[in-house]
Amino acid sequence: MRAPLSWLRDFAPFPDDIGVLVAALDDLGLVVEAVDKVGEGLEDVVVSRVTEITAIEGADRVRRVIVDAGDEPIEIVCGAFNFDVGDRVPLAPVGAVLPGGFEIGRRKMRGVVSNGMLCSGRELGLSDDGAGLLVLGDEITAAPGTPLTEALGMMPDTVFDITVEGNRPDAWCIAGIARDLAARLRLPFTLPEPPAPASSGRPVGQAATATDESLDLCPRLTVSVFTGINVGPSPDWIARRLTLAGMRPINNVVDASNYVMLERGQPTHPYDLSRLPGRGLIVRRAQSGETIETLDGITRTVGVPGRGLGDTGEDCLICDGEDTPVGIAGIMGGATSEISNSTTEVLLEAAYFTPMVIARTAKRLGLRTEASARFERGCDPWGIDHAVTRFCQLLAETSPMVQMAHGMLDLRGDVPESFEITLSIARVQSQLGVALSGTEIAGLLEPIGFDCLLAGQRGDERLTITVPTNRPDVRLAPFGIDDVIEEIARTYGYSNVPRHMPTWPQPGHLTSLQRSRRFVKEVLCGLGVSEGWTDTFVAEEAHAKVGLTGPVVRVSNPLIAEKPLLRRSLMPGLLEALAYNASRRQPAVRLFEVGVVFSHPDEGAPRVVERSGAGGTETSLLPGERELLCAVFASEDDDARSAVAAWHVIADAFQLRTVRLVAPGAGAPALPGLHPTRSAHLVAHHEDGAALSIGAVGEIDPGVAMTFGLALTTGAATSARRIGWLEVDLGLLFDEAAEARRAPPSGAVSRFPSSDIDLALVVADEHAADVVAETLRLAGGDLLESVSLFDVYRGAGITEGGRSLAYRLRFCSPEHTLTDDEVGDLRTRCIDAVVGEFGAALR
Amino acid sequence: MEREAEIPSVATDKDEVDIDAVARDAAASIAAAPSSDALTHIETEVLGKRSVLAKAHRALGKLDPESRREVGRQLHEVRTSLEQQLAARRNELAAAERMIALAADRLDLTEVIPDQVRFPLSRGHLHPVTQARDELEDVFVGMGFEVAEGPEAESDWYNFEALNMPPAHPARGMYDTMYLDIGQPETVLLRTHTSPVQIHLMEEAVRNDSLPIHAVMPGKCFRLDTPDARHLPVFNQIEGLVVDRGITFGDLAGTIQVFTEAYFGPGMQSRLRPAYFPFTEPSAEFEITCTICRGEGCRTCSHTGWVELGGCGMVDPAVFTAVGIDFQVWSGFAFGFGIDRLALMRHEIPDIRSFLENDIRFLSEF
Repeated sequence: MRAPLSWLRDFAPFPDDIGVLVAALDDLGLVVEAVDKVGEGLEDVVVSRVTEITAIEGADRVRRVIVDAGDEPIEIVCGAFNFDVGDRVPLAPVGAVLPGGFEIGRRKMRGVVSNGMLCSGRELGLSDDGAGLLVLGDEITAAPGTPLTEALGMMPDTVFDITVEGNRPDAWCIAGIARDLAARLRLPFTLPEPPAPASSGRPVGQAATATDESLDLCPRLTVSVFTGINVGPSPDWIARRLTLAGMRPINNVVDASNYVMLERGQPTHPYDLSRLPGRGLIVRRAQSGETIETLDGITRTVGVPGRGLGDTGEDCLICDGEDTPVGIAGIMGGATSEISNSTTEVLLEAAYFTPMVIARTAKRLGLRTEASARFERGCDPWGIDHAVTRFCQLLAETSPMVQMAHGMLDLRGDVPESFEITLSIARVQSQLGVALSGTEIAGLLEPIGFDCLLAGQRGDERLTITVPTNRPDVRLAPFGIDDVIEEIARTYGYSNVPRHMPTWPQPGHLTSLQRSRRFVKEVLCGLGVSEGWTDTFVAEEAHAKVGLTGPVVRVSNPLIAEKPLLRRSLMPGLLEALAYNASRRQPAVRLFEVGVVFSHPDEGAPRVVERSGAGGTETSLLPGERELLCAVFASEDDDARSAVAAWHVIADAFQLRTVRLVAPGAGAPALPGLHPTRSAHLVAHHEDGAALSIGAVGEIDPGVAMTFGLALTTGAATSARRIGWLEVDLGLLFDEAAEARRAPPSGAVSRFPSSDIDLALVVADEHAADVVAETLRLAGGDLLESVSLFDVYRGAGITEGGRSLAYRLRFCSPEHTLTDDEVGDLRTRCIDAVVGEFGAALR
Repeated sequence: MEREAEIPSVATDKDEVDIDAVARDAAASIAAAPSSDALTHIETEVLGKRSVLAKAHRALGKLDPESRREVGRQLHEVRTSLEQQLAARRNELAAAERMIALAADRLDLTEVIPDQVRFPLSRGHLHPVTQARDELEDVFVGMGFEVAEGPEAESDWYNFEALNMPPAHPARGMYDTMYLDIGQPETVLLRTHTSPVQIHLMEEAVRNDSLPIHAVMPGKCFRLDTPDARHLPVFNQIEGLVVDRGITFGDLAGTIQVFTEAYFGPGMQSRLRPAYFPFTEPSAEFEITCTICRGEGCRTCSHTGWVELGGCGMVDPAVFTAVGIDFQVWSGFAFGFGIDRLALMRHEIPDIRSFLENDIRFLSEF
């Protein structure tokens, strides 16, 4: 909201010190976004009359102009074409400094000396029009040489651009801002009461009709009638104030209505009564599917529920006396019955609409106006009367013969009234932490319109506070008590409240999940993997590209139309990140991300929320969310092995001993996006025999890598790059880790020497190396301390379809040094086991 | 069978051609093609310039107009059909050959010996936003807060209604919300702030009779903000909630000040000024000493010496009522601000979009 200081001064004697005013406004929550000094920098600009215009040879964009500015004729080179000989235009002579610090110098163009500049409205900071010079109209009679500010009747002014918070409709007007500011600066505030309008004596009921069929949507409708109006331009001071406040002057009637809205916060709507069929207004609910053409030329359908939650499609229409819609209540009028130059009789609609009704309609139609913004926050239903008389007072400036029909058609339903709230002084202290007496509180509240009455004993003092009707942000008690306390804090000054750091006995901490998440990230960093962050939103085809099918979670109103889905996998994002780096000559990259992926409730793992509000349902199904840790390994030489090695480090970090790598096929499901013969599920085996997949490890399917452009070109051949992939469900991983921690470590390390034996076994490829190791482990029993694979060999001497697996078995007893015989026995047992189970041959 | 008999023979420059027989033979060799290479060969034979069909096509001009139309149509049909068969077989063979190649590429992942895998001797880097978040969490943990988290998709109740924003409440306009195509329209959404976690925490505390609450809640939030140097539609926020006996507005101001010095450094000041949030009353915006000029006044702070950090206030009694907490007994405050912006400020990163690009040179700077 733009508030000119000169206008604010209509209500209180504010000082000149802009710094003081800005600081006070900011501290009141009326935040000043900008301060415009108007009329500054125009001191040297004078009115000049064009006496001659001639073309300059060889120049078609500029002309030579001679102007009279009171003394000698002045020669100027000018690039504007919107004026003729005889017009009066602003001249900035040589040496003048325009707003923004632009200094005018003497220049020579095309051989012609320019002794100054003829100015546009924009160059002077007076309007947005930069297309041509500001040509003065006939109503301005100033002679050449007159200072421009004097000619325009301009006084230097300061305009505050203030952001008014949504809960302060009372401050969304000049008078409201002045009220708050005057209270803070302890200046007297007066809201002048407009004089009673000249009455035509004719009862308003004979001049017009009004019907309010929907008192619930429009609890107060008033209609007044004014006659003896000459439509024409507003007086300069009204036009200037509107312009400073950011509104375009139109004509005296519309301007008066806008002026009242800016000053008092009450939107009104004037109609040309003679062009209003039925000479009256009907306010009613829109019928379903009814259409109306609004002032902006758009035909709008109303009365139909939108997508918005709880939107019943209730729209309030203003209709003429014959029930044809002429406007959408509180939002925008229609094109018919607009004020025109021939208007002599005006019907003024001033109403109070239920804020939520206007909010819903404005939201559904996507139509926000100065009026709707005020109505949806809540106007003062009892401010209407003043607004109407003020309108008439302003109109009388240009139409001295204006008369108001006797009385006002005033239809009322359940109009909000002022009410009382009882405030215990103790509550103020317990909420704010500052001890204020009842008198002090009253001293803060009364200047902003809350009447206070002190009662009660010392220690149990209470204030009975009357909440004015221009403060719809204050709710009824008990909630309203805190609304009043906010007003006390605001007027007292937030910065005056003493600060105190509260303490409590409960210690702060991270949850074990949060600690584990940090830990696993550090483990990955230790492996040279950096953390990335990829988009939650993915393209329509993103999932298919990584082999994922099934239901998707779709955003109804995506910001970027090409990315309408919530990700079900981190793979597309991470592969794109690799491609992005590769395109910047950084192919060797290792990245990980910890992030949420979503599944559609239809997929069987919805989040069920029992509680829900006005949406209607008691139970809502929300998308399933899983937090995944995914990593891509694309450094030089990286492939599935890198991912497997990284997994081993993580498993070791979390002491996981029961997670096995299980290749897809043979009972295990396929792994979308991964190389079918170079990937495996990470399967946790529980004591009760249950097996649970907690992730996957392996290599990106070469076909998938190619679709992301992750290719290697050697000579003429292009092949997919090998990219290692690790994916772990963090929740499941940490559950396993918690389970692993539950089994206490033995703690004891044998004091006796251990014995190692190495076994090289030729085993068919179908038997996974860790299955062989597990069989060895079982055969070795308690004395087998560890089994580790240390060599794999394929080739000469080994049967096709098999390989040699070399394991080192370490035996150790906690009680004695193992004898050669004992070790020999164990060795035989282990060999027998693998020979029996896998047909292995000892090499 | 009768239809076959009707198919006319076509005279070519050499001999008469039975189109049907040609089609049959071609189909058979396509079906029998053993490899993609062989199929390419067959394609040339069957449809190439020297193929019987191509020759028959060239000979069309010699026919009388009526049979030309009829034979032309037949040739076209046969060609189309053969092309489809070729494409189908090509896919079949490609899939089979791919499976063979993949099988030949097989690696038993349990054979991987971690000690033999080459790893670079360099550390990876945590994302700058993670680093900022971790540091914030640590500061708040030190001040006695727990760290809580919640889901990214929410019902209308948690994101809006329980926070004193009933449907069509004008304040909802401040949150440009992304809705999900699930259930009734606009009932399921991506959270626009971390405040739904407050509601979850309070509901849980009521259920478990475990008040008080002292928690901070970091996490991702979503709004329809067009990406530019200062905005992303996905952003990270951290929010704090204290619900306890006797908590005052002065406690809120004190907590903000202690945090400001703990995170930004000694001597940094904070101040509150009135604002509006539907879920707090009184509400405030909090500002801190400009980190660039230390309060001297500079371009970043528009020469005010202060930069805005976030919003805060005393929990509105309507919010307490919505979750079933007696606001006569308990009181509390909440505050929240953006994590990404802190990371931007601290590292003087010019464009927030760098966070989502994952350029390894950028990530390695932190």
